[in-house]
Amino acid sequence: MNAIESLKYFIPELVLLGGAFVALTLDFFLKQKKLVGEFALLVIVVALCLAKAPEKPLPLFFGFFHLDALAHFFRYLALAAVGITILISLGYTPLKKRYEGEFYSLFLFMAFALILVAAANNLLMIFLAIEFISLLSYLLVGFLKNDPKSKEAAIKYLLFGSVCSGVMLYGMSLLYGAAGSIELSVIGDTLFFAPFKPLAITAALFFFVGLGFKISMAPFHMWAPDVYEGAPTPVTAFLTVAPKALGFAVLTRVLDSVFWNSQSVWSPVLVILSILTMTIGNITAVSQSNIKRFLAYSSIAQAGYILMGLAVFSILGRGAVLIYLLVYLLTNLGAFTVVLFVGGQTQSDSLDAYAGLSERSPTAAAMLTIFLLSLAGLPPLAGFIGKYYVFAAAIEGKFITLTIFAAINSVIAAYYYFRIIRLMYLTPATGPAFPAPSRSLTVALWALFLGVLALGIFPGFFITRILG
Amino acid sequence: MTSHILSWIIFTPLIGAFAVLFVPKNATACIKWIALITTGIVTALTGYALTLFQPAQAGFQMIERGVWIPQFNVQYLLGTDGISFPMVVLTAIISLLACLASFGIKERQKEYYALYLLLETGMMGTFLALDLFLFYVLWEVVLVPMYFLIGIWGGPRREYAAIKFFLYTLAGSLFMLLGILGVYFAATPHTFDMTQLAGMPRGLFFQQIVFMAFFLGFAIKVPIFPFHTWLPDAHVEAPTPISVILAGVLLKMGTYGFFRFSYPLFPEATHWFQPAMAVLAIVGIIYGGFVALAQTDFKKMVAYSSVSHMGFVLLGLAALNADGFRGAMLQMFTHGTITGGLFLLVGVLYDRAHTRDLNGFGGLGVKMPAYAGFLTFFALASLGLPSLSGFVSEFLALLGSYQYSKPVTALSTIGIILAAAYLLYMVQRVLLGKLNPKWAQLPDINLREVLTLVPLMVLILGIGVYPRIILDYMIPTLDALLKTIKVS
Repeated sequence: MNAIESLKYFIPELVLLGGAFVALTLDFFLKQKKLVGEFALLVIVVALCLAKAPEKPLPLFFGFFHLDALAHFFRYLALAAVGITILISLGYTPLKKRYEGEFYSLFLFMAFALILVAAANNLLMIFLAIEFISLLSYLLVGFLKNDPKSKEAAIKYLLFGSVCSGVMLYGMSLLYGAAGSIELSVIGDTLFFAPFKPLAITAALFFFVGLGFKISMAPFHMWAPDVYEGAPTPVTAFLTVAPKALGFAVLTRVLDSVFWNSQSVWSPVLVILSILTMTIGNITAVSQSNIKRFLAYSSIAQAGYILMGLAVFSILGRGAVLIYLLVYLLTNLGAFTVVLFVGGQTQSDSLDAYAGLSERSPTAAAMLTIFLLSLAGLPPLAGFIGKYYVFAAAIEGKFITLTIFAAINSVIAAYYYFRIIRLMYLTPATGPAFPAPSRSLTVALWALFLGVLALGIFPGFFITRILG
Repeated sequence: MTSHILSWIIFTPLIGAFAVLFVPKNATACIKWIALITTGIVTALTGYALTLFQPAQAGFQMIERGVWIPQFNVQYLLGTDGISFPMVVLTAIISLLACLASFGIKERQKEYYALYLLLETGMMGTFLALDLFLFYVLWEVVLVPMYFLIGIWGGPRREYAAIKFFLYTLAGSLFMLLGILGVYFAATPHTFDMTQLAGMPRGLFFQQIVFMAFFLGFAIKVPIFPFHTWLPDAHVEAPTPISVILAGVLLKMGTYGFFRFSYPLFPEATHWFQPAMAVLAIVGIIYGGFVALAQTDFKKMVAYSSVSHMGFVLLGLAALNADGFRGAMLQMFTHGTITGGLFLLVGVLYDRAHTRDLNGFGGLGVKMPAYAGFLTFFALASLGLPSLSGFVSEFLALLGSYQYSKPVTALSTIGIILAAAYLLYMVQRVLLGKLNPKWAQLPDINLREVLTLVPLMVLILGIGVYPRIILDYMIPTLDALLKTIKVS
């Protein structure tokens, strides 16, 4: 499909892009910077309303932008993540001293970039879109430039990210050398021939490095705790879900259309990486004393569970990845919303700030408990559905060792999630009660809370919507 | 309402829990009454279901079926039979009495009763769910409220006890989940429906593996040696009403799981594991008895006596014959009433003396004559005095095991002697001897506490004198189960 014809399917993305530029301009004229945030929110909502599911896969812009069911699902996911992040950023005080308007406009660009990644169907597009996200992420992580931790995080992220991108780019060059094309499907057809198998495996491993960095897969996870701790809390919340989800989207697409023939080789690799990721994440999380680092390691562990679905790569496994990503998005953003609220009240991200939270703010404590229980995968919450899905996929594919490791890991995870719950409910409060959270935080909290409950109690409805 | 009676039994407590959440924190009287009335309604509903229940019929009754998650063929499937119905009755009664016993709790009452009612929903659901997925969900729903109930209102080491209980049970149930998934994918068509799964043939090796996965889940809950170490901690630290629930209902969820799921799903594996189960039963009975004998903490003694008494349930299960099954099933019920009563009595004493040190008491029979009467009654019931229910169930379990293996039975009877020893030794240290002057001012048992005990005594005496009032409900189902697991 040529560029002009494609435009009519590209409206939500155009709205985002236009909205981002308008937000930048508005920033010049408006004194009340919060209005820029509200405008950005409006743009997201409009884009959400305009996004329509494609009847059949559409190769827009000469196939550079491949709009299919997968891309459409990630479009919703990206918009939801960005929307909620903007919503919870509205009352974030450290931002007031910086260029608040730019912050929101950067997030609109981010939404655009995320959708590009999900729909990218050739090597060039994939690389450019991922770099687009990375650059925006570096900027957002270092947004509070007077905060040394934020600066350190940004530099660390930049260095680590560049190396991993470089390795992935090298893998891409190998693929291009072999196939003479940047089209994923053409490369996939070329790699079908036996002589190319070693090359396919090498390239797949290089992809695992580049995308493993994005999804914080061990052993490429080292950056995550420092970056998550140093970044402004709303950015951390965002980074733990959106880029990760999109990393999985690309990985799914690449494995599906390029490396499908060598599954017998990369599948065991992913099994090992999955076990490694969840184990490292969980064991390190146990001893954390900062809530953001704590959730960082927990999110590494969660990536390990999602990888289970990719390692199996059956129909059920790929479905499991999508369901788990949605579950994880709602739950983790929810947990971070409470972290943001408590951080705003106590000016601290230390775990001690959560002592007796059930007395200081019963709603926040109850909500965080629900989110943590969901992360721990207890029914009848969303997290259980995600975990059930990956377990089911693994059992169906007879990956028994993997499931046993995952089960043991879930127990370790429950232990440290309950550390927070214990602090909130079993430890006496150290200070006076908190005032009620701001309106935007309340809206975000309740929306995520209801989402987690609804997904847990009526999973059938969501599964039908997502997987058809 | 008649057609959805089981749903009402499960979800009435949940409605009550929400009602409690909407009452202001300070209106404690109101909260207590909501909780008590809710548990009362559940008991009434159970009583009503009792009139609908057809004892002579072996299959599932009062079935409710609805689609829940079509993608996985998960159903909202409830039903009851002679195995689960007695457990539902037990849960209803114990929950009501323990709720009355909870009136002594003074802190954070709103949270307490909300969690308490949520717990009842989980317990009822566990016994009534016939879909493996639904069963797992409700089985897990029990865990979280239990964690809080022990962790917030428990004794000095409550945090440790609560998380230990939680992690042990979670570890077991996750392996059970893997087993459930194994069963699901092995079935054609894939289903979690117990009514369909029970008859399907499965390979012996598969059965053995999945039996072990289920075993982990259930054995930790019972608890079977060597998975019992969470029990003394949880029992001792939990507040009195929660100890009652733990001993009265939660332990039964494990043995119920064997009856309901492990045995009918894996008949060949059941026979293969029979000797192992019998050995574990003996170990539990004797080990629990000896450890109980050595305790100086009243509550810990009762907790270890649970390990020993639950061993008899396992013994009856391992016998794989009619008498054994009846004994096991009856022991599940009677142990719930007797040990529940003993925990209540420990609580009565602890509330007054603030200590549970058995060696610190003495001669209380003089100061608290009514209490002494109750304690003696429950102690005698627990040690298996004929004409009380504990005797009938343990006798039946031994009768069953005798037909399976004489050495096993001989060894198990040691447990009865030990029970007599530790219980009478306890009675001697608490009630008899010289009065410790420190306790000269202790008031006797009050009316509320008596009210929590009398219904249990009626059940114990009634079943002890005429066991058929409850056995008639169980026998047709148990005989049918025996036929299903018969291996030619």
